[in-house]
Amino acid sequence: MLGYASSVSESAIRVGGVSKRFNDVIAVDDVSFEVGRGTTSALLGGNGAGKTTTLAMLLGLLLPDQGLIEIFGVDMVRDRYRVLPRINFSSPYVDLPRRLTVAENLRVYALLYGVRDVAAQIRRLADALDIGELLRRTYGSLSAGQRTRVTIAKALLNDPELLLLDEPTASLDPDTADWVRAYLESYRDRTGATLLLASHNMTEVERMCDLVLMLRSGRLVDRGTPHELLERYGRQNMEEVFIDIARDRRSRGAGAKRAST
Amino acid sequence: MSGVAAVSLRGSSRRVGALVLRHLYLLRGSWPRVLELIYWPTVQMVLWGFITLFFMNTSSWVAQATGVLISAILLWDVLFRGQLGVAVVFLEEMWSRNLGQLFVTPLRPWELIAALLTMSLIRTLIGVGGAALVAVGVFDYSIATLGLPLVAFFVNLIVMGWAIGLMTSALVMRYGLGAENLAWGAIFVLQPISAVFYPVSVLPGWLQPIAKSLPATHVFEGMRAVLFDHVLRMDLLLNAVALNVIYLAVGIAVFLFYFRSVRVRGQLLHVGE
Repeated sequence: MLGYASSVSESAIRVGGVSKRFNDVIAVDDVSFEVGRGTTSALLGGNGAGKTTTLAMLLGLLLPDQGLIEIFGVDMVRDRYRVLPRINFSSPYVDLPRRLTVAENLRVYALLYGVRDVAAQIRRLADALDIGELLRRTYGSLSAGQRTRVTIAKALLNDPELLLLDEPTASLDPDTADWVRAYLESYRDRTGATLLLASHNMTEVERMCDLVLMLRSGRLVDRGTPHELLERYGRQNMEEVFIDIARDRRSRGAGAKRAST
Repeated sequence: MSGVAAVSLRGSSRRVGALVLRHLYLLRGSWPRVLELIYWPTVQMVLWGFITLFFMNTSSWVAQATGVLISAILLWDVLFRGQLGVAVVFLEEMWSRNLGQLFVTPLRPWELIAALLTMSLIRTLIGVGGAALVAVGVFDYSIATLGLPLVAFFVNLIVMGWAIGLMTSALVMRYGLGAENLAWGAIFVLQPISAVFYPVSVLPGWLQPIAKSLPATHVFEGMRAVLFDHVLRMDLLLNAVALNVIYLAVGIAVFLFYFRSVRVRGQLLHVGE
């Protein structure tokens, strides 16, 4: 496991003092963090904590009210098109066109990313993700698990150096979810890519992540490796840590520890 | 052209081509969509064809130029289909909740605009072209009798359609699918004052300046000049071109303005809801 922030010699992501407000609601409040290259990090927090807003700002889909967002040293607010070819994104909540076949979808996105040998790349990903049988089927006709594999194939079309994943294993059965995690880990290990995921699955976070960023009400309230967080909160697993942080028990940490032991 | 600019242009054209391909795939896989392109222009043309047959015996005005009403409805459909082509292709992205995926690729907003306009041209050619062929078969009238000016009329009308299509798409992007009806109906507000079937002089005096602020009005007046007087009125054509430059610039500006607005408001990921 890698450390975070100060030990990160070369950042894939650098976020400094970022805030976003929607009318009276502060979605993200003065958030700062760094993610090192080749690491896997998680954005955690309850519903409405600011995870998706943060991901959207990292992708350039949403403009922050203030603060700095750099991906590979490039300012995402001013110069996102320089870095977009090097990153990709997958979310079960953002669809691909359902009436197009899987092969058509992948071809369109490969062209959008400027992939050189489109057919070869689709063939390679179809083999790797075991979606060869699905290529002629429409995306809309696939099961949730099959769609997840296809959206991951789409997210890997440009061999991204940074992969942002919003709940990558949501609504998957345990077997498929485990397979997806293993594939993402092998991709990271093979390519040195950086992964940042938003997840509610604490097993996934413990297994995959070097760094955990805990959000509550738009603020970054804690961070560390899963091991550091387990020790700090005196808990056995990340689910308990998550609940402690979500319910703001940290300030009563010692008491909470005593109460639980 | 510098090497960097050439590479950039090649990348842009590739991305525009990718989006056009996405919508051609959609058309290829959905015959109802193709049928819809041809259906309404043909129905309208047939209706006005029979009205023409009736008026040829009862109206000396129509009798002077038998194709005036069929030409008018076909050219009106160029405008309507041009606008609808932009709006519906944009709506397809919203219906499929695909904008979030698109804009995390290197796709620029102006490349989306270029793809929308290209698809609008393709859809208009299929729809109006099909209806024009039916007019030849059923009414023995070819809109090609307008000659070369037809090209100028077509270009001006589709450009005005693009401008309005971009504006309605921008509103749908900003206000969501609740504003979808704008895409289908907005242009019909302009039909009565575009002098499609009658000269602009028919309109009340106070309405005529408004009518003349529309590029389409000059095109339809020009069309009648060709059919009745066999002259191409360059003054009308230049008016239409000048107005279209303004309309298209405003259409693009409005689209880009609202694109930035939805990025500020965080609607790209949730668009379609």
